[in-house]
Amino acid sequence: MKRMLRHCRLLSMLVAGALMWAGLTAPPAEAKKLNVVTSTTDMAALTQEVGGDKITVEAIAKGYQDPHFVEAKPSFLLKLRNADLLVVVGLQLEIGWLPPLINQCGNARVQVGAPGYLDASQFAEILEKPTGEVTRAMGDVHPLGNPHYWLDPDNGRRIARGIAAKLSELDPPDAPYFQQQLQDFEKRLAAAEQKWEAEMKPYRGRKVVTYHNSFPNFAKHFDLNVIGYVEPRPGIPPTPSHTIELIGLMKRENCKVILVEPYFDLKTPNSVASNTGGKVVVYLPSVGGEKQVTNYFQLFDYDIDLLTKALQATQ
Amino acid sequence: MRNLILGAIALVALAGALMAQQASMPETSADTAALQQKIRDLEDRLIALEGQVRLLKSTQATPAATTEAGTPAGSPAAAPTPAAPVATSVTSGGEQLPVYGGASAAAKALNPDISVIGDFIGAAGNSPSLPLAIQQPFQSFQMHESELGLQAIIDPYARGDFFISFGEEGVDLEEGYITFTALPGNFVAKAGKMRSAFGKVNTLHNHVLPWIDRPLVTTNLVGGEDGIDDAGVSLEHILPAPKGFFVDLTGQVFRGDAGDVFHAVNRSDVSTVDHLRVYKDVTESTNLDVGFSYSRGHSADKPGSIIPLNSDFITNLYGVDATLRWKPLRRSIYHSFVARSELIWSQRQQPGAEQRAFGFYTSADYQFGRRWFLGARYDRSDRAQFANLTDTGGSVLLTYWPSEFSQIRGQYRFTRYAENIDAHELLMQVIFSLGAHGAHPF
Repeated sequence: MKRMLRHCRLLSMLVAGALMWAGLTAPPAEAKKLNVVTSTTDMAALTQEVGGDKITVEAIAKGYQDPHFVEAKPSFLLKLRNADLLVVVGLQLEIGWLPPLINQCGNARVQVGAPGYLDASQFAEILEKPTGEVTRAMGDVHPLGNPHYWLDPDNGRRIARGIAAKLSELDPPDAPYFQQQLQDFEKRLAAAEQKWEAEMKPYRGRKVVTYHNSFPNFAKHFDLNVIGYVEPRPGIPPTPSHTIELIGLMKRENCKVILVEPYFDLKTPNSVASNTGGKVVVYLPSVGGEKQVTNYFQLFDYDIDLLTKALQATQ
Repeated sequence: MRNLILGAIALVALAGALMAQQASMPETSADTAALQQKIRDLEDRLIALEGQVRLLKSTQATPAATTEAGTPAGSPAAAPTPAAPVATSVTSGGEQLPVYGGASAAAKALNPDISVIGDFIGAAGNSPSLPLAIQQPFQSFQMHESELGLQAIIDPYARGDFFISFGEEGVDLEEGYITFTALPGNFVAKAGKMRSAFGKVNTLHNHVLPWIDRPLVTTNLVGGEDGIDDAGVSLEHILPAPKGFFVDLTGQVFRGDAGDVFHAVNRSDVSTVDHLRVYKDVTESTNLDVGFSYSRGHSADKPGSIIPLNSDFITNLYGVDATLRWKPLRRSIYHSFVARSELIWSQRQQPGAEQRAFGFYTSADYQFGRRWFLGARYDRSDRAQFANLTDTGGSVLLTYWPSEFSQIRGQYRFTRYAENIDAHELLMQVIFSLGAHGAHPF
């Protein structure tokens, strides 16, 4: 009995301590910038565009990292536990690492379905929703559609609108500011889009190959034709037989440009390129993939610059 | 949701009408531009609606969704028809034959994520039969475990996780708990049966272990394969710390039953586990994780003994664990290195003299290709009930990943038992995963 009492005492002390701690660390309401955490740098860049200086924003994954395989490090919990808003790409892109972070962070505001959880895929045009039966014989297939949707300026605009609406909802006094920022962003994006389209126009309909299937939205917007992938199936590393098939396909279709995300090994793409007289382009799927690419505009500037040069050189 | 779909259909119809109109209009450029803008706006609104439909379908399927899915309203064929007839077909849905497939598709939205992980093990080599506890034995072929996972968000305040472990015969609830995720003050509480937070290996399911077996020290001092896996409550909190440090404290109280470590005779014989974790990112690709564990409970009987121990005997366990991880972010899918070690002290009261035993393992794993891992482990541990007997051992491992969802592993295991008997064993394992298994904590 005595022992049991001791346990009860211990437990009650723990609970009392916990509650006191809760009181001490409760965040002061209002009068501070919204603290936004995003899963990827692209969402952070778009949030920054509309949030301006009324928010702080931080991404969990780095721009040069494979967003499917981020480690759920405890240091990310420190970011999440103080977040007012979590913006995610969704469509199961982060399924391998974000759920345990959300569970463990102890922050009620950013739990799935809470007001501080925003799945940006709801605003964007999603391509390649699998129809019919979905099995993993297709590789690491995303049953809800291709999650690499942000590389389309139209989607960028739509996501920014969604984020602006969410920021306004969480911080109503600053709503006019966010709307102003959004309008400014849309204006700059429209101008940039014209420039990008003019740059890409001569290459309409050109055929390219990508390493992973992370390019469909860009290809659709700028009218490129992705005819194959270095991976035999999403998430499955290249195999010799598939590589030979790909080389044959590229020769038949006269396709000379191989786009590779910065986190993949260049060995297979290089050998494909040398067999087809093609060119390997390490393009950036995300903001921050290279140091100088710090915002959504520079991402397109960088990729379009590389792409047009490669398409020009292999004409 | 019904309104959304109707709205989407109306928009498509409107957009089509506009495009038709555009073709027949005189081609003044101002008009064309205005129309193009209008179409773009409509496209935006359509995509927004599609997104909302997707969101509703995936997150909060309400009972109403069942009727919707049974109607053809969402099918592309219905899209060009005017909105009104579709609406009547929705309302008159009761007169139509029930569409079983559609209805169950909507009902599925609320089902938990279901997964099964198979763990098949084959073994060869000599494995001596000793009278005392020995390193985890394996038969020639064995469907070691089939772990059924059922995981879902329960409500805005909690989520639930069940892991039911099927042997070739017999079923065991490996874990089944509720996690309260929305407590004030950043607390995370759990209640149910769970693997306790004592050290690192004890928290891990079989299929995420870096080896086929568990280290000697686990077998000898911490309850073997199941470890300290008990019913109770857990409270976890991230403590304030200097910038860059992650410090986390977990306190757990259990019934007090855990394999051959703890046994509860009375209700008051509860066991406790406390774990302090300190984590630091050394660089972007390197991090260090150190943990201190303490556990206290009532000593369990020797396996097979008939007379229960007097519950006045206490076992104290102390543990220190350290993990160093390296993973270059730009090539994270190709290379990584993990070194880990756990030191465990057991202080066990039992009839006769108190036994003070110590054991540890040190292991390292290097990933040298996208699918290949090489590992090694050194083991040394006293036995909990006979601290003067010390077993040692070592293993080398090679692991191959055909994909993220399957794994093939070979392990050569050498064990030198305290009785001066050597065992050389070759273990093979295939792990395969079906369905949506939730990601595990780091």
